[in-house]
Amino acid sequence: MAYFRSHVLVSIDPICIDKGAYELIDALHDELVKQGLIDEVQVLETSRIGDPESEGPDLMVYPEGVHYTNLSLEDVPFLVEEHFLKGRIAAQYTREAKEIADKELSAPQAKEMRIVLKNVGEIDPLNIEEYIARDGYMALGKVLTEMTPEETIQEVLESGLRGRGGAGFPTGLKWRFIRDAEGDQKYMICNADEGDPGAFANRSVQEGDPHSVVEGMIIAAYAAGASQGYIYVRAEYPIAVRTMRIAIDQARSFGLLGDNILGSDFSFDLDVRMGAGAFVCGEETALMASIEGKRGEPRPRPPFPAQKGLWHNPSNINNVETFAIVPQIILNGAMWFANIGHEKSTGTKTFSMAGDVKNTGLIEVPFGITLREIIYDVGGGIKEDKKFKAVQTGGPMGGCLPEEFLHLPMDYEALEQAGSILGSGGLVVMDEDTCMVDIARFFMEFTQEESCGKCTPCRIGTRRILEILTRICEGKGKPEDIVTLRLLCEQINENSLCGLGKGAPNPVKSTLDHFLDEYEVHILEKRCPAKICKPLIRFEIIDGPCTGCTLCARNCPVDAIFGERRQTHVIDPDICIKCGICEQICPYDAIEIK
Amino acid sequence: MSLKTLEKISTEDPLNDVEQRVIIDQILDENKDIPGATMVVLNRLQEAIGFISPAMQVYVANQLGEPVSRVHGVVSFYSFFTTIPRGKHTIKFCVGTACYVSGVDQIIEKAKQILEIEPGETTEDGLITLELCRCVGVCSQAPVIVVDEEVQGRVKPNRFPKTVQDLKSKEA
Repeated sequence: MAYFRSHVLVSIDPICIDKGAYELIDALHDELVKQGLIDEVQVLETSRIGDPESEGPDLMVYPEGVHYTNLSLEDVPFLVEEHFLKGRIAAQYTREAKEIADKELSAPQAKEMRIVLKNVGEIDPLNIEEYIARDGYMALGKVLTEMTPEETIQEVLESGLRGRGGAGFPTGLKWRFIRDAEGDQKYMICNADEGDPGAFANRSVQEGDPHSVVEGMIIAAYAAGASQGYIYVRAEYPIAVRTMRIAIDQARSFGLLGDNILGSDFSFDLDVRMGAGAFVCGEETALMASIEGKRGEPRPRPPFPAQKGLWHNPSNINNVETFAIVPQIILNGAMWFANIGHEKSTGTKTFSMAGDVKNTGLIEVPFGITLREIIYDVGGGIKEDKKFKAVQTGGPMGGCLPEEFLHLPMDYEALEQAGSILGSGGLVVMDEDTCMVDIARFFMEFTQEESCGKCTPCRIGTRRILEILTRICEGKGKPEDIVTLRLLCEQINENSLCGLGKGAPNPVKSTLDHFLDEYEVHILEKRCPAKICKPLIRFEIIDGPCTGCTLCARNCPVDAIFGERRQTHVIDPDICIKCGICEQICPYDAIEIK
Repeated sequence: MSLKTLEKISTEDPLNDVEQRVIIDQILDENKDIPGATMVVLNRLQEAIGFISPAMQVYVANQLGEPVSRVHGVVSFYSFFTTIPRGKHTIKFCVGTACYVSGVDQIIEKAKQILEIEPGETTEDGLITLELCRCVGVCSQAPVIVVDEEVQGRVKPNRFPKTVQDLKSKEA
């Protein structure tokens, strides 16, 4: 076979043909012959490259991956000479590299391993052909032609895959429950209601590689015997809703959804449903109620969704990430997957890193990696080299872990034993300037507002905890509050109906366990060591550094700062709302928090 | 709220606006037969009309054959559904964990100061509505605000007035 050092891919689609793509190919060919390069450079035709707004004709040169656009026939001799003879990129014709789907996803760091995110940012999410070119839908083909549903379940079971939504239930087992359940109509549901503040991995996968979710769902539906599927996306993610809808339409037009998929006797179709801003809908029974068009209130289990789920039919719910992994397991084999990870947690997990860490963003690492490795090696350490204080894992149902837990291997069991959860993989890193009582109060405010109100422990209990925490943050805490808090935490956890209520006390419990001294200082000394709780602090301007530049006075939202130009200013504590804007903008560090 | 509400709805109601009425009927027509239609219809109405008035809730209930109480129950349960008109533009402040830790509070204070309204309210000229919202999942850019559909990251309090100015000059 001839060896070509360069390949030129010319886009052949209606727009580019109209703009003279075929003429361009002829001209390229002639020019390559003329310059004696025809044995070294191969010209090929390809489908659409570039984004829909590109004017065309487009061509792509590999291996460099340079994208030329808007070429006319007169440009060809110069282009061939520059690029192929002299080896220089003819910058005047290039088009900027396609914006990657997700800017928050950087190139893989050391210790990262990408299975779920392997295509995100690398392919065009709106083009099914790019997904197919990277072995997309091959797993589906394999399952439909070579494997029975039972073999598919067995493969997923052996891989050790567990639910990535947080609970960590073996996925294969879940599929077997619904397969064995009686009923003619079964549903496969994707939970894309990524409501945990601080988590955004599911959004990235849906926006960057939607077909991996679609393929995973079709395979799951085949294994479970489901004929209809729903992807429930939260309303806060409008772009994810759009990409998923486009992906579904494309898959349908390729015969990958609908009747007799790939010529088999298996039929399955998918629909996207949107939430409307209710956190509790991430709970599976509440989510199903919402798809049914009702208030998103959870209901007691049993009966489990596998027996009586959506519209009382057997249903199965998995998380976006779980589905996105499935095709990879089928393609590479259960053992490949089972060998990645740590003990009972196999494979990789995405984490959304945010807060006071240098490299915020999305990462994917094998289970078993320690928190320290994630925060310092992958995340680059704490911003401004401040001191690490805590890492909050698993969203509002998770807990805050202090320094002594940084050696912890990340897996479902280890985190649970430490009093937190893996949850949806949110990691919010907090530095020494964070007040842990305030953080506990913040989470309680969240769960209290998001409690659906159906069961009493969650509805009233979270309210009581919030009242106590607010009091403590205002310097009005009582010594007996700590005992009351612990009691409330225990009772809410034991008696609530669903995961929201059961997990709601976790942020409070974990901060009580690990940062009790901060509670005590707030209660006994009426002081906030991190200088966050507003009623316990006051802002003052120091005489020396203040130059009287008036910047603070002009930016104060309540006009609490007085002073003449070039003279030290004063803050009136009675007017000051302690917003901290002055401290942030002062160029001379003249504002002190006391 | 009863079925009679429909007979004497305010002249301001979208149901009495010819163009909006067409949109409402079209949304109902397209979606009323799909399973779980209530949520789908309400989501589309919220998007197209901007709010779901009490009269619209009665109308939707009638068209879908649902009790009004159930439709109202759904509207009041989800925070995305609103029953009064919003401003032409909406500025949402993300109050997720990462944004909270990164000081979204200060931006909210600034907004309250220059617009003289609280979150949840609309400016008198009907131009801007302020809202707090749940995590929009752009935590690596915290603190984050969402201006209409556009997400703005790493927002600074002293840059916020420009955001408002941009919206105003867009209208002028």
